[in-house]
Amino acid sequence: MTNEEVWKALETVKDPEIHSISIVELGMVEQVDVRDEAVSVCLLPTFLGCPALDIIRTRVEEAVKQAGASAVTVEFLRHPPWTSDRISEAGRERLKQFGIAPPPRQMPSGAWQVECPYCGAERTIMENLFGPTACRSIFYCKQCKNPFEAMKPVLISG
Amino acid sequence: MSEKHVDANGREALTELLFQLADDDFLLAYRGSEWLGLAPHIEEDIAFSSISQDTMGHAAMYYQLLEHLGCGSADELAHARPASARRNAVLLERANGPGHYLREPRYDWAFTVVRHYFYTQAKRVRLESLTKSSYAPLAEVAAKIQVELHYHLLHWHTWFVQLTNAPGEARTRMTKAIQDVAADFAGVLTLGAKGTDMVRCGLIDEEKVLTENTIAALAPAFAEVGLEWPMPFGMKHGNGRNGEHTPDLDEALATLSEVYRAVPHAIW
Ligand SMILES: [Zn+2]
Repeated sequence: MTNEEVWKALETVKDPEIHSISIVELGMVEQVDVRDEAVSVCLLPTFLGCPALDIIRTRVEEAVKQAGASAVTVEFLRHPPWTSDRISEAGRERLKQFGIAPPPRQMPSGAWQVECPYCGAERTIMENLFGPTACRSIFYCKQCKNPFEAMKPVLISG
Repeated sequence: MSEKHVDANGREALTELLFQLADDDFLLAYRGSEWLGLAPHIEEDIAFSSISQDTMGHAAMYYQLLEHLGCGSADELAHARPASARRNAVLLERANGPGHYLREPRYDWAFTVVRHYFYTQAKRVRLESLTKSSYAPLAEVAAKIQVELHYHLLHWHTWFVQLTNAPGEARTRMTKAIQDVAADFAGVLTLGAKGTDMVRCGLIDEEKVLTENTIAALAPAFAEVGLEWPMPFGMKHGNGRNGEHTPDLDEALATLSEVYRAVPHAIW
C-alpha cells in the first residue's frame, strides 16, 4: 500500500458532525506512515472535549483497512495544536455548502464579521459565540433573514 | 526534564501538579454540567454546556498524562478516587447553590459567573506558565488548551461586566458573590505543599508570580465596573491541595461516579 492510497482513503472519512467535509480538508491529518501493509495515521484533535473523536478513529481504521491495509493504528497527537487555518481552500467551500461560514483568517478580539453562506451578505450578526458543537458559533443574516453557523477561528495568538 | 530524567522528588511534584490541574477542571466542569437546562436562557444553556464539555476534555488530557506516568487509568483517576485524595481547590467543588439538581435547584447565577470568571483568568495565567514547563508533554497540552480558553474568557467576561453594571439587584448580588469567591480564591492560586519542588524542577512558575499575574488579569474588569478590589483572598473552606474538602465534594463524587461504580468496566 502506498502513502498516496492512504491519503485517498482518508479523504473519504467525513467529519461526523459536518458531512460535507473530510478530515483531510479539515487539516486533521498530520502524518501518515506505511510500513509493508501496516499503516499508522496521526491526527490532530480539533477541540479536546469533542465527542466525535472516537467515531473518527473508528472510521479511519475502517477506511484504511478497506483500501488494503492489514493493520491500522490511529493516534491523536497533542502537538502541534490544530488551528482553523489548517482547513484547505476546498474545505472552506465544503463548509459553505453545509451552511457553515468558514472561520476568519485572523484572530478577532471580540465578535467577528462573516459573510452569510447562503446569500453572501456581510450584514450578519453573532447571536451566540457557542453553537451546537464546540467548534461552531451561531449567526443571523439580516439580508436573507436566515440563521446560520460559523466555524470559530482557532489560532495561536501573538 | 524528559520523561526519563525525572528524579523521585520531581516525579512526585509532577504528579501532584497534574492532579491539581485535572481535579480543578474536572470538578468545575461537573458543577457547570449541573446547570444544563437551568441556565438563564437557551443561548446560555448551549454556551455553558459547550464550555463544560471543553473543560471536561481538558481534565481528561491531564488524567491521560497521569495514566502515561503509571498512576492508573484515566477513568479510574477521574471517578474512583475518594475526596481525601482529590487536589482541586475547594472553591471549585462548592455546590452551585441550595437545593438539588433534580429537586428545587435554587442555584446562584451570580456566584457561578464570578467563580467561572475568576477561575478562567487564573487558568489562563497558569496555562501561559505551563507552556514553558520543563515537562514537554505538559507544555504541549497547555498550548492546546490555551487556544480553546480564549472563548471561555470572552464569555465569562461579558457576563461579569454586564451583570455587575446592570441596575437593580444584579450589582448587589454580584458584589456579594465576589466577596464569597474571593474568600476561597487563594485555594485556586496555591500550589500546595509540593509547590517548591514544582518550581525547582521548572514545571511551573512560583505561586507568587502566578498570583500577581492573575490579579493583573482581573484588575481591568474591576476598573471597568467600578468596584473595589476584593483583596485579600482566603481559603475559608480549607486548602484542597492538601486534601481538605467540604461535604459538597462528597456529594458531587457520589453523584458523578454512580454509573462508574455500578459498572466499572462500561465503555464510555
Ligand atoms: Zn444571507
